[in-house]
Amino acid sequence: MGIDWTNFTPWSSLAGGLLIGLATAAFVLLNGRIAGISGILGGLLRPVRGDAGWRVAFITGLIFSPFAYSLVAPLPAIHTDTGTAILILAGLLVGLGTRYGSGCTSGHGVCGISRLSPRSMVATASFMLAGFATVYVVRHLFH
Amino acid sequence: MQIVTAFVTGLLFGLGLILSGMTDPTKVTGFLDIAGAWNPSLIFVMGGAILVAMVAFRIAGTRTRALLGGAMHLPTARQIDKRLILGGVIFGIGWGLAGYCPGPALASLATGGIKPLIFVLAMLAGMAIYEILSRFPDTKRH
Repeated sequence: MGIDWTNFTPWSSLAGGLLIGLATAAFVLLNGRIAGISGILGGLLRPVRGDAGWRVAFITGLIFSPFAYSLVAPLPAIHTDTGTAILILAGLLVGLGTRYGSGCTSGHGVCGISRLSPRSMVATASFMLAGFATVYVVRHLFH
Repeated sequence: MQIVTAFVTGLLFGLGLILSGMTDPTKVTGFLDIAGAWNPSLIFVMGGAILVAMVAFRIAGTRTRALLGGAMHLPTARQIDKRLILGGVIFGIGWGLAGYCPGPALASLATGGIKPLIFVLAMLAGMAIYEILSRFPDTKRH
């Protein structure tokens, strides 16, 4: 128990958060849409005529963002030692859970809390607590 | 025009995710590891994002149409039910296992090597499973 000071990045995280907020703000004011990633992506699996273009455009922008980032600064390093089987299990759970619960960290966590939606606050508490419990079990009970 | 703004917004969202450090799964699992060496960075990401978004949603709530002329698609669901909580718990378990949620996984897809690719493919499969399950009446959206 204690703070991991070496990997704690309050300023860049706050700056990145402000950018995410700016993107969320622009999307709702200009396009009238919620920047919820799981909903935008998942909606493509249930195609509705005339509803796919903006989804594909947003996801394409998101996928291209590391190229834009690397024009200005080197991409931050990615550390992960998760094996393939766990990655697949995690991906399945994230895909299923976000669709079943109607949102993820962006849709419920950022947009929902910004809208002061009690529904999104309960959803955010649910996935945060489950995340805390999962990491506790994996790192502290099985090790 | 809405396609262009959607692309630019997605790009900006991704830049924010990368700058914030959220594309590094260990930073996310570091936040979720409250009993170990805890990394509070994610709170600053969410705090910063909510600070700006809250103002925008205040304005959006007073409008019937978006600035580009389209309808304002704000969520109308209010119910707090089993599927909201169960869905959140299922997502949270997956999030804790790999340290990826949908946004950062997509923002790592092009440059992050094989791992984000495996995760995103599995996530799409999970979403497809939901689409199949939701065709059965007992799990249908109510």
